[in-house]
Amino acid sequence: MAKKLVIPIGPQHPALKEPASFDVTLQGEKVENILVKLGYNHRGIEKACENKPYLHDLYLIERVCGICSHSHATCFLQAVEEIAGLNVPMRAKYIRSIIGEMERIHSHLLWLGVAAHEIGFDTLLMYTWRDREIIMDLLALLTGNRVNYAVNILGGVRKDISEEEKGQILKAMDVLEERTKYYAHVATEEITIKKRLSKVGYLSPEDAVKMGAVGPTGRASKITRDIRAEDKYAAYGEVDFKVISDDNCDVFGRAVVRIGELMESYSIIRQLIKKLPVTPLKVPAPLRIPAGEAISRYEAPRGEDIHYVRANGTDKPERVKLRAPTLANVQSVSTMLQKGYLADVTIVIAAIDPCFSCTDRMIVAVNGKDEMTWKQLRQHSIDWYKKNRGVDFTKVKLGIK
Amino acid sequence: MENNHPMVEKIISKYPALSDKIKIQRENRLWMKIDYPDFRKFLEFAAADLKVDIFCMLTGLDEKENYSFIYHMADLNGLMLNIETSVPKTNASIATITDLHPAAELQERELTDLLGVTIEGMPKGQRYPLPDDWPEGEYPLRKDWTADRLDKKAEDING
Repeated sequence: MAKKLVIPIGPQHPALKEPASFDVTLQGEKVENILVKLGYNHRGIEKACENKPYLHDLYLIERVCGICSHSHATCFLQAVEEIAGLNVPMRAKYIRSIIGEMERIHSHLLWLGVAAHEIGFDTLLMYTWRDREIIMDLLALLTGNRVNYAVNILGGVRKDISEEEKGQILKAMDVLEERTKYYAHVATEEITIKKRLSKVGYLSPEDAVKMGAVGPTGRASKITRDIRAEDKYAAYGEVDFKVISDDNCDVFGRAVVRIGELMESYSIIRQLIKKLPVTPLKVPAPLRIPAGEAISRYEAPRGEDIHYVRANGTDKPERVKLRAPTLANVQSVSTMLQKGYLADVTIVIAAIDPCFSCTDRMIVAVNGKDEMTWKQLRQHSIDWYKKNRGVDFTKVKLGIK
Repeated sequence: MENNHPMVEKIISKYPALSDKIKIQRENRLWMKIDYPDFRKFLEFAAADLKVDIFCMLTGLDEKENYSFIYHMADLNGLMLNIETSVPKTNASIATITDLHPAAELQERELTDLLGVTIEGMPKGQRYPLPDDWPEGEYPLRKDWTADRLDKKAEDING
């Protein structure tokens, strides 16, 4: 019988793109238990929102996440607009959906690259990230920014899409569709990928429901739920699209779902561009929002994003609460890893497409202690790991003076 | 108040006392208030009879005398039922719902860390989301809490 071993992955670890901590208990090579600790990215956004006017909150909330910034901003605004009774013009709704789908494309392409990298297939990483540049350039062209597009304003959008830009979008969709077909071919038929991803990180449909998995993670476990179809916010009531799901229930299924969603996004954007109605871009919005409450749902690239806003009649909200999709998905990670192998841990974590910045939102500067020197900082981390993890790093000598 | 929503009718037929506590905001958004002692039974009824069994989010609110909690629940057709309940600040304690909805775990831990509400029957586990060395008795989401309290505390400790 092999000895049990606890391996701390994180809070800082080369395999993680953001700080989170996973304590993996191993029996030989097999994962026996996994303990998740989050909160390292908590920045105090919900509390800060209560002390700032709605207009400032919009830009603050856009910074909850670097990748799904538009998702959070739109989700927040939909709630505020519902409370204020604003009737957002159709063209603005269309533009919000177009930018939202572009965000999904860039996020899914990014994920495909990261997932490929985690299984050692860096050629695919280079390919997908090269193609992702097409959509990043397009977003920069439309909004002026590659991330944090700030295209939303209360009551509409701030920027129109011109005829010339429409042509460029359609052209880019053709190129990307061609490329994605190739990736679909590679990901589903390349034998090494198939073998590496199949039966890894299994999440049964029952467990997915129980743990509250959302987005592609849930849809890969046969849960055909998509807020775009359920709630028909923005312009999603005006377009036809399929909710992609898969019955593999593993990492392979999650890849298939995301590639399928890319194809749907191209089709949605084409339909929206074709039907883009001619209306004003915004309605005037008041600075003071009447008392009331609303909840808004949004299908972000990673799953359902929810924002709750309570207004009290002033220019600042009484309470803003948000739930990012990773918070819903991260609880299923330990189920996915049960009886799995250590070597699968990183790809299984990557497969929920975690975004811990979204998940954690809320800390303020911890204290006003004097700054630490590099030596003190190193000592602090050695002590921390010794006390909290039972790992002794004192014997590790680094060439630091 | 109009109650011509099929789900509202179902709720009222079982709980007639709630008839003036339900608000239909629009087709897919229902808001309701319920006294805390009746809450748990209602949550079970919502899951079993109304098929509102997807736990989405839990919001904690600091109101003058009370802490309020809104359980945002959904069904498969896109309907969202927001159930609000509250407990007095003098007895800030609620029971966990993780036995019914395991997905609520992290959000209940948030209430403990940020509002200082005790959750009865919570399984053992890591705190979330504040750091392990967060000073005790500091609950940042309370309305009377401001960030400079931390600076003062650090001054007291460090001189």
